[in-house]
Amino acid sequence: MIAIPWISLLTAIPIVGALVLLMLGGQNKNLVRWSALVFGLAAFVLTLFLWHNFDSSSASLQFQERYNWISALGVEYHVGIDGLGLLMLLLSSIVVPIGMLASWQIEERVHLYYSLILVLQACLFGTFTALSFFHWFIFWELSLIPVFFLIRLWGGPRRTSAATQFLVYTMVGSITLLLSFIAIFLATKKFDFIDLAALAQNGQLMPAVVDKLAWHRFTPEHVALVLFAGAFLGFAVKVPIFPFHTWLPSAYCEAPTGTTILLTGAMSKMGVYGFIRILLPIFGPQMQIVLTPLLWLAVATIVFSAYAALAQKDLKRIFAYSSINHLGYCLLAIFAVLKFTGGNAALITQKYAAMNGVLLQAFNHGLTAATLFWFVAILEKRSGGLRGLNDFGGLRKVAPVFTGLMGITLFSTLGLPGLNGFIGEFLIFKGSFPLVTWATSLAVLGLLVTAIFVLGILQRVFSGPLNQRWVSLPDLTMSERMALAPAIALMFVLGLYPQLVLGVVNNTVIMMVQHLRF
Amino acid sequence: MIAWTIYISFLGAAGLLLLPRGSVALARVLALLTAVAGFGITLTYFLQHRTGEMLTITRVPWVPSLGIEYHLAADGISLTLVLLTGIIAITGILFSWDIVERTREFFAFYLLLIGAVYGVFLSSDLFLLFVFYELVIIPKYFLIAIWGSTRREYGAMKLVLYSFVGSAMVLIGLIAAYVVAGAKTTSLSELAQFPFSLHFQMLAFPLVFVGFAILAGMWPFHTWAPTGHVAAPTAASMLLAGVVMKLGAYGCLRVAMTLFPLGLGPWGFHVLGLGSWRDVFALLAVIGIIYGALVALVQKDFKFVIGYSSVSHMGFILLGLMTLNQLGLSGAVLQMFSHGILAGLLFAVVGRMVYARTHTRDLAKLGVMNLNKVIPFAAVTFVIAGMASMGLPGFSGFVAELMILIGVWRAYPLLAVCVGFGIVVGVVYIWRAMQKAFFVEAGVECAPPKPPLPSISFPERLGAIILIGASVLIGLYPQVLLNIIVPALNSPLFEGLRKGSWQ
Repeated sequence: MIAIPWISLLTAIPIVGALVLLMLGGQNKNLVRWSALVFGLAAFVLTLFLWHNFDSSSASLQFQERYNWISALGVEYHVGIDGLGLLMLLLSSIVVPIGMLASWQIEERVHLYYSLILVLQACLFGTFTALSFFHWFIFWELSLIPVFFLIRLWGGPRRTSAATQFLVYTMVGSITLLLSFIAIFLATKKFDFIDLAALAQNGQLMPAVVDKLAWHRFTPEHVALVLFAGAFLGFAVKVPIFPFHTWLPSAYCEAPTGTTILLTGAMSKMGVYGFIRILLPIFGPQMQIVLTPLLWLAVATIVFSAYAALAQKDLKRIFAYSSINHLGYCLLAIFAVLKFTGGNAALITQKYAAMNGVLLQAFNHGLTAATLFWFVAILEKRSGGLRGLNDFGGLRKVAPVFTGLMGITLFSTLGLPGLNGFIGEFLIFKGSFPLVTWATSLAVLGLLVTAIFVLGILQRVFSGPLNQRWVSLPDLTMSERMALAPAIALMFVLGLYPQLVLGVVNNTVIMMVQHLRF
Repeated sequence: MIAWTIYISFLGAAGLLLLPRGSVALARVLALLTAVAGFGITLTYFLQHRTGEMLTITRVPWVPSLGIEYHLAADGISLTLVLLTGIIAITGILFSWDIVERTREFFAFYLLLIGAVYGVFLSSDLFLLFVFYELVIIPKYFLIAIWGSTRREYGAMKLVLYSFVGSAMVLIGLIAAYVVAGAKTTSLSELAQFPFSLHFQMLAFPLVFVGFAILAGMWPFHTWAPTGHVAAPTAASMLLAGVVMKLGAYGCLRVAMTLFPLGLGPWGFHVLGLGSWRDVFALLAVIGIIYGALVALVQKDFKFVIGYSSVSHMGFILLGLMTLNQLGLSGAVLQMFSHGILAGLLFAVVGRMVYARTHTRDLAKLGVMNLNKVIPFAAVTFVIAGMASMGLPGFSGFVAELMILIGVWRAYPLLAVCVGFGIVVGVVYIWRAMQKAFFVEAGVECAPPKPPLPSISFPERLGAIILIGASVLIGLYPQVLLNIIVPALNSPLFEGLRKGSWQ
């Protein structure tokens, strides 16, 4: 029996979709929108199918495909998913349809817009399933192009600089990443993540690199750190980590809101995924050496971005900074896991908790942030593009359903127990606190400030006297309610039954933590 | 059989001149058929001989008293470049479909140039190679001087003078080698076996290498390239950047480096940290990469951006040659192919799709036209070509530059970092040119061109699709070409180079 290449098929669906949309042309706009949604949902169904057939009791890679590709470089076509990969696939296939729905009001060159979104989806799928650097890098880099054009062609007034800044920042990171991996390839003749992780685990990777590159003036530790720095920059820009974050607020803000949903919901996870899949297993020892500065960076990311959100007047900018803040928690926990514990069993359990928290938080943030930006899109559609914090007021009187549902989402961002945001953050704090007490304590400040700005939004936009301009602001229509309902429901489900996600990833997490060398 | 690529091109050129005056349509079709036939022959040969080793095609004495032979042979490297020439020849004709001024002569010169290029790539006798190499210069002068644009006489003359200086250097080196060897042969493979003294190689190598590298656009001898490319008509720019510059790089690899491999060795002393000609040329190549990219970054003329980008990309090829390891060298050959395709595509967009319609290449004037809505196909093609040219994964440029970078990491780790910087600038200049040429700035009033521009014609679309297809094919499955390039580099001809860091 020939095994069906499910993963290649999954990546192919959006590509086929993009081609179909381009052939449909821009004449019949509704046809284009609906066909895009059909392709997005088809991919979603296929990921559900993968989830169904995924054996979550095993931590090994499943649905693997492996063929020779470029023998001169020893490159293989190697894809497969473990719990982490599956979770990311699920997230992207949920976020993409949300992004499509939130872009419904786009009128200009609809076919191009939606085909770019589908191309982006294919890149996301490719990134989350590739297990060889070469193959992974193709999708990682290619994903920049649809995003660039989505911002450049459909963005707000300062789209040109926002798009260019986004492209140049991420490109610089990608190139340092590439250079590091080339050096590693030279020494090991391997591009495969799994093989490289195995080498790193045996402690053979960096000696081999130093041996081959023979930079006589540098010590082995220095060479290893330089290579780590190159790879780190690539992911740090993507997540982003302070101080490499400055591209993000303008990109999120200028992008059409449907695109912002994809950026924050799915694309920012590419960075987190890179940290977990690539940096942690391959550069673990180097990260340990610079653990203290890394933790400072994570704390700075969390606290500064929360304060920055507090100072913003534009809803999209607030949520952009809040996105940075939320992913900061993920980084904090990832770094905490690296803390040397000398095999203390109790602390190992905390590491499991923290790592589970990271994955849960990544998923939750994707879902919540995507939904939040969706609400912004709905609000913008009604207000004719206005989205300032002070442009509204008292909306709960005219749009109670909108207020209620967006309130739920805001509280989920805040991490209210019972909603999905809580468990992830709880696990992260619970796990990190015993490992890196000082950093975790400082990070709590971020939670506090988040609470302040979230409540500020509730107060200024929804309560208070009704702004006379919006007396006739329509509430959510039935179709909007229907579309939003699954996302809101999922927030409750995950808040009350996080096992849904944790069951998928737990074994992967345990194996990942055990494989770290300490 | 593959020798017929040369003959058929010359026959086509002759046939064109025999056509009655004014038979424009017939001339186009005849030219296209000739080019397709040439490519077809190459493809058949490629499918039959996929081992990549050197195979003699024809070998007959020519001037026996001097040991000169008419000796054609092909290995994986020549075959790769012959394939490239075939593709560029076909698409160049497609992009010149509506040339009306002296159509017959245009295509006749064009085919003459193609035939001579095939000749260079297939020659295995140094004298024969040199004859074809000189033959290239004549048609390219006339193509630019008669059908060119901006400062065409100046551009054509500059190009020819540079070419002649380069040829003279090559000629001196080759004659010296012939005399010193005293072997009464001009066969490349036999001369490559001759143990020239170290001292002689140290002198002859830079002479011949620089002679060829001038045509490859090595900094600081590159200045002919941008002016020549800009002045040339589209099909000629495509050929110049796509193929003719590769002649130089091919000569460096095939002639200079195989005849005088010891010339690459260390001098035994250091000047400014440089210890050999290899170090010098590697440094010049890197300067070319960065300098070309930086200059492209500030151009106001769309075509100059592409002209300087060629200088930058040719730097990659020369740098790959100087790595002296298998990955670097095969990457360099792959980059010759890749850059040929992409430079052809970029010049086609700029020269044919944009300039021939708008009659301006000024980025500021193009900007307000918002061309992405007026001629979307051109915009899409340029974006794809630009992505490929800046080395985005999935396209041929990435694999080639990746292999070169890996080679450079091994040979010159410090230069690899500089090249990384060059790649970043490469991204920026392509992106800047794309935004300025095709997209109106946010907030600027856009003024669509009047009268409306003619839409992109079918031959133009076909040409663009062929070139993009070739780039994507090599980007996703470079093994097609590497299967013949790698064995060719492992053949006895390159034995002198295979030492030290070779792996």
